[in-house]
Amino acid sequence: MGTLYRTRAQFRDIGALAAATLAVGASFGAITIAYGLPAWVPVVMSVLIFAGGSQFLAVGLLAAGNPVAAVLAGLLLNARHLPFGLAVADVLGTRWRDRLVGAHIMTDETVAFALAESSPQARRRIYWLVGATLFVVWNTGVVLGVLLGGATGDPDALGLDAAFPAGLIALILPSLRDRDTRLVAIAGAAVAVLLTPVLPAGLPVMCALLGLLVLFRPTRRPPTRPAPTTVPAPANQP
Amino acid sequence: MLITAILILAAGTYAIRLSGVVLRDRLELSESLQRLLPMSAAALLAALAGTAALMAGSEFAGFARPAGVLAGGLLAWRKAPFVVVVVVAAAVTALLRLAGVE
Repeated sequence: MGTLYRTRAQFRDIGALAAATLAVGASFGAITIAYGLPAWVPVVMSVLIFAGGSQFLAVGLLAAGNPVAAVLAGLLLNARHLPFGLAVADVLGTRWRDRLVGAHIMTDETVAFALAESSPQARRRIYWLVGATLFVVWNTGVVLGVLLGGATGDPDALGLDAAFPAGLIALILPSLRDRDTRLVAIAGAAVAVLLTPVLPAGLPVMCALLGLLVLFRPTRRPPTRPAPTTVPAPANQP
Repeated sequence: MLITAILILAAGTYAIRLSGVVLRDRLELSESLQRLLPMSAAALLAALAGTAALMAGSEFAGFARPAGVLAGGLLAWRKAPFVVVVVVAAAVTALLRLAGVE
């Protein structure tokens, strides 16, 4: 598989993600205006917070006149970025400029894309490529949503709420070839789904870390073989 | 009030993001603990995918969305390109909704 082919495939993959992100960003802009909030609110939120899920959650609470709940709920939803940061710290390296900028463009998708690559160079490249693309596209979408209002349409009608989880599954599947990782991920996902009806948003996903406990199951074979951190993503193969 | 809440949420989110990146150096992690980091990320991403696929708020999301995610997931498992996975998942869900399935 040539480098050119791979690069093209990556651009195509990121393009698909960017298109979906643009549409969801537009809906965030439009929804915020529909709540009756000033036009600067969605723009400032998207540039400074840059975490879609927490923005949707917070803006609903802000519109309801509950800023304290908006902050707490948003921070709880974003708590997962701490373990994400630990996992991609190597990707960002030790230069402070890279760390300070790279931390801000950390999203579920940048982390998933980066960890789906096997070589450090490839991880680094895709992290910055995906992060920078999504930052530009998300904010562009939000501005479009503010300008166009309801004309942007309903992302659910386009099925975009299914596109994001499916994309995440495609990105994590290669790492699930490792047996331990697979068990941890399945257990974690099950815990999160089961707890979602009873815990506030954000906590169930954090509770997925309890999935790590399956590593301490009694029948565990000795961890002699160093686990492959990842295997190349099928997404980019012909 | 509005701007204060937004700035606190932004600063807090940035602090969370940066702290993981910076802490990684400070933590003296053994080989086996280091192995847990990508596993933790995989568990969190799987949990995000699972909850986003099945739940809307604290309730079941209905059938259209999980069906689309399932279609995309099967294609991903069959090593379809990422773009195909994403487009098919969205299309299946959109078509089911068009047909009146929620």
